[in-house]
Amino acid sequence: MPVKTVLLGQGTCCISAGAKQISAALREEIARLDLAGTVQVKHTGCRGFSQIDPVVIIEPEGLLYSEVKVDDAPEIARSLLPQGQPIERLFYRDPVTDRAIPHHRDITFYNNQQRTVLKNCGYIDPEEIDDYLAVGGYQALRKVLSEMTPEQVIDAVKRSGLRGLGGAGFPAGRKWEACRRASRESRVESRESGRETPDSRLQTPDSYVVCNADEGDPGAFQDRSVLEGDPHSVVEGMIIAGYAVGATKGYVYVRAEYPLAVKRLGIAIAEARERGFLGENVLGNGFGFDIEIFQGAGAFVCGESTALTLSLEGARGMPKPLPRPRTTEVGLWGRPTLLNNVKTFANIRWIINKGAEWFASQGTEKSKGTAIFSLTGKITNCGLIEVPMGITLREIIFDIGGGVPGGRTFKAVQTGGPSGGVLPEGLLGTPIDFDSLTAAGSMMGSGGMVVVDEDTCMVDLARYFLDFTQKESCGQCSLCRLGSVQMLEILNAITEGNGRIEDIDLLIELGESVKIGSICGLGQSAPNPVLSTIRYFREEYESHILEKKCPARVCKGLISYIIVSDKCKACMICLRKCPVEAIKGGKNEVHVIDQDNCTRCGVCLSVCPERFGAVEIIPGREVKIHG
Amino acid sequence: MDKVVLKLDDLEVMANKEDTILQAALDHGIYIPHLCYHPDLKPFGGCRLCVVEIEGRGLTISCKAPVEEGIAVRTEGPEIDKMRRVAAELLIVNHYSECLQCARNTDCKLQDIAAYIGIEEGRLQRLKRTARDLPLDDSNPFFIRDPNKCVLCGICVRTCEEINGVGAIDFAFRGLDTRISTLKDKPIVESRCESCGECVVRCPVGALVPQNMRKPEREVKSICPYCGTGCGIYLGIRGDKIVSARGDRDSVVNKGQLCVKGRFGYHFVNHPDRLTTPLIKRNGVFVEATWDEALDLVTAKFKEAQEKYGPEALAGLSSARVTNEENYLFQKLLRSLGTNSVDHCARL
Repeated sequence: MPVKTVLLGQGTCCISAGAKQISAALREEIARLDLAGTVQVKHTGCRGFSQIDPVVIIEPEGLLYSEVKVDDAPEIARSLLPQGQPIERLFYRDPVTDRAIPHHRDITFYNNQQRTVLKNCGYIDPEEIDDYLAVGGYQALRKVLSEMTPEQVIDAVKRSGLRGLGGAGFPAGRKWEACRRASRESRVESRESGRETPDSRLQTPDSYVVCNADEGDPGAFQDRSVLEGDPHSVVEGMIIAGYAVGATKGYVYVRAEYPLAVKRLGIAIAEARERGFLGENVLGNGFGFDIEIFQGAGAFVCGESTALTLSLEGARGMPKPLPRPRTTEVGLWGRPTLLNNVKTFANIRWIINKGAEWFASQGTEKSKGTAIFSLTGKITNCGLIEVPMGITLREIIFDIGGGVPGGRTFKAVQTGGPSGGVLPEGLLGTPIDFDSLTAAGSMMGSGGMVVVDEDTCMVDLARYFLDFTQKESCGQCSLCRLGSVQMLEILNAITEGNGRIEDIDLLIELGESVKIGSICGLGQSAPNPVLSTIRYFREEYESHILEKKCPARVCKGLISYIIVSDKCKACMICLRKCPVEAIKGGKNEVHVIDQDNCTRCGVCLSVCPERFGAVEIIPGREVKIHG
Repeated sequence: MDKVVLKLDDLEVMANKEDTILQAALDHGIYIPHLCYHPDLKPFGGCRLCVVEIEGRGLTISCKAPVEEGIAVRTEGPEIDKMRRVAAELLIVNHYSECLQCARNTDCKLQDIAAYIGIEEGRLQRLKRTARDLPLDDSNPFFIRDPNKCVLCGICVRTCEEINGVGAIDFAFRGLDTRISTLKDKPIVESRCESCGECVVRCPVGALVPQNMRKPEREVKSICPYCGTGCGIYLGIRGDKIVSARGDRDSVVNKGQLCVKGRFGYHFVNHPDRLTTPLIKRNGVFVEATWDEALDLVTAKFKEAQEKYGPEALAGLSSARVTNEENYLFQKLLRSLGTNSVDHCARL
C-alpha cells in the first residue's frame, strides 16, 4: 500500500508550465530510490492556482510545493524517503507577508474559496473512473434511478435555485421542466402520427441533452478546467438530466481548441459506458442514455444556444432571432433540447447528494450556489476560483486574489469577458450574483474576471474587447456586424488622437442601438465594455480627445518618451539604438528626444540601463523638452 | 382561414391567423421598412429594420412576430427609431453610394428604406465607411455578383436553398468579412449554381444583377417557348427587342419561377443567326424557301420513302420546345403514316 501520494496537476495550464516533464523526472527518481511501493504519483486536473504552477502536493501531509522545476525532482523524491524532510525553499510564500506556507489548506488563495464544482479538480485522476467513484461519483445517478421519479429530480433542481452558469443565469429547474413537458408532448404527437423516431427502440426518444462547453471568452478557462479535472461530474450531471427530461442522447459541444479536455472527456465517457453508467440500459434500470462529443470549429458565437444547435447539425452557426420557440421546445434537429453549461451539469450531483436545501442555503436570495471565475490580469494570485454567490468583488480581488502586485493601484475590474462591463473601485462592494452585476452595467457572463491597474488605459481596454467581439460577429444582423465595427473605428480614432468630443455621445448612441437591436447575446452585449468605461471613466475618454493625452500612458499616439536630463548619463546607448535617429546629444552631452521624429517604439526605454532610469513615458504629445 | 383583428398604428385590420405582423401590414398597404424579408421565403430577421412595438410588450421584429387578436402595434416611435434608423444608416454608409451607376437604381429596396426613414446628411457624416473593395464575380455568363453592394440579407442564400433546393451559396467568414460565398469561395460558375437566376430577381439591391442589364420600356405577357411546361413569362421589350424576361407570379404553372433558359435564354429571338424562313438544300447549298415549298418537299420525300421502303422506314423525332399537345399530335401524325418509330429529344 502506498504511504504517500504525490498529486501532480496536469491541466493545460500546468502542462504549459512544465508539469509533464516534472512528472517524468519525479517518477524516474522515485523508481531510482525504490519508492514505488510506498509512493504513488497521481495525475490530476489543475488546482486553479495558475500563478504558482506547476504545483506538487504531498499527501497525506498536505504539503504544497510551488513553481517546481524539473531539477527539483531528485530533492522532492528524496524528501519522500521515510527519513525525508519537507523542502522549505519550495514552499509557497505569501506575497503580502512573505511567510512560507507549507500546507495548501493554509494558503489564502484556497481557504477563502468554497469549492463545490471544483472540489475534485486537483485531487482525483480525471482519467480514472475509480478515483471518481472513490469520492462518491455516480452515487447521485444511482439515487436518482433507484429512488426518484423524473419529476422529483426536476423538483429538486427547481428547489435548489440553481441558475444556468453559462452566463445568462436562467433558472435551471424551469428549463428542465419545460424540456420535459415539450419532450412528452412531442412523444405523444409522434406516437399519434405514427412517425418513426430515430431512437424509437429506446424508452424515451426524441429529445436531447446538450452540454455547452464552447467556452470562447478570452481569458476564461473554467469549463476547460472542469472537463480536464473532473469530467465524470459533467457526464453524471448529463445522465441525470437525460433521465429527468426524457432524453436518450446527449452531446457535449466542446471547443476543438481544448484537445486535453476532449481527450479526458472521451476517456470518461468510454469508462462510464464500460461500467454501465451509459448505454441502452443504465445501471440495469431500463433507462437508455449515451453521450457523444462534438468538437466546435472555434466560432465564439457558437456558444449561443441556437447557433450551437445549428452548428451541431452541421450548418453554419448563426443565432436565430426572436421571436422563436425556445431550444427546450425546438432545439437540435427540431426536437426539444436541454442545453446547459458544463458547470451547471457539474452541480447536479451535489444537489442530488446533499439535497436541494443544502444548495439553496448557499449564495444570495436569487443566486444560489457558487460562482467560478478566472481571475487574471494585474492581480497577485492569478487562477481559477470558486466562491459562494454574494461574496463581494473586493473580497475576491483582495482576499483571494491578493490585490494588485508591484505596489500599483487598483483601477477597475472587468467581469464577464468581452460581453461584460468594467467596474471601478467604487463598485468593489458589489456582490457577485447575476442581478447585481447586471445592474452595475456588467454581467456574470462566462466568469472571466480581469483586474486592471493604473497602467491600463480604459479606452484601449474597451477597444481590445470590442475588437474581439466585432471579429466574432456572425455577420447576419446589421447592427452587430456594422455597428460594432463603427464603434471600433471611433475607439481607434480616439486612441490615435483623432477623436472628437461628440464621438463619446456617438459611441453611446451606437452602443445602445446595437444593444437593443442585435439578434443574440453576442451583439447585445458587445457594447458593454465601451458603455461601462464611458459610464465610469468618461474623464479618460475626454483626456484622449480634448487634451490629446493618454493618462495611463498606453495609447501610442498620445504619449511621449522623454529623457530626464538629471538622470541621463549621456552613455550613448539609446542614441545608438534609436531606429529613427530621433535622439540628439553626444558623449558628455545629455540626450534629448526629438519629439517630431520619435515613433514611440519604446526602444530607448528598454535599453536605458536600469540604474539610470532616465527614459520616461509621459501622457500627451506636446511636451516641453526638459533642460 | 381563421382571422384575427389587431391594431396597426391607429388602423384596425383583420389578418389571417398564420400571418406575421409584417405580412398583415403589407397586405393593408402599411409599409414597414424591410430588407431581408421576402414573401416567398421563411423569415430571417437579420436586417433588424422591420422592428415594431407591440404596446405593453416592447420591440419585436415584425417579419417573425405572429399577429395576435387584440394586439396594438406601432410601426414608428422613438425606441423603434433608435434601432431602425441606426441600422439603416449603418447599411447605407457601408453601401456603394454611386446609385446612378447601379443597374438597380430606382428599383432598390435600400433606396426605398432611405426615402422612408429620411436620411440626414449630418448623421451619416458621423459614421465611417468601413466596407472594403472586393472583386466582382462576373464568371457566370448570365449575372454578376458584386459583394460591395451586398447587404447580407441572405435572400439569395435562402432562395437557393428553399426555392431551388440547390444550396450553392451560403454565408461565409465572420464580422465585417462576412459575405455570401460559394463552397471554398470559388467563382460562382465553378459552384453547384444552376444559373436559374431566382436569387437575381429577389436581390433587393444591386449585388446580383443580370449581365448587360437593360431596363425594358414595357412588358408583354407570354408563355416561355423553351419546353412543354408552359411557364408564364413577362418579356421586357425595348423598341422591337426583348431585353429581359421574368416569371409571371400569377401563373399557376410556375408561380413566378423560371429556369436558366426561360430567364436568360431570350437572346436567340433577335440573334442574326436565327432562321426566319425554312431552308432547302439545293446543289449542296441551303437557300431560303417558303413554308409551302418546304412542306411540299417534306411530303414528297415522305411519300417516296414510304413507297420505296415501306411505312416503317419512316421515323419522327420531336422537340422539347413544343407543347405536350403538339407532341401528341406529332405521334398521331407519324402513326397515321404507318410507323411507330417516334422519339423525343429530351430522351436523348
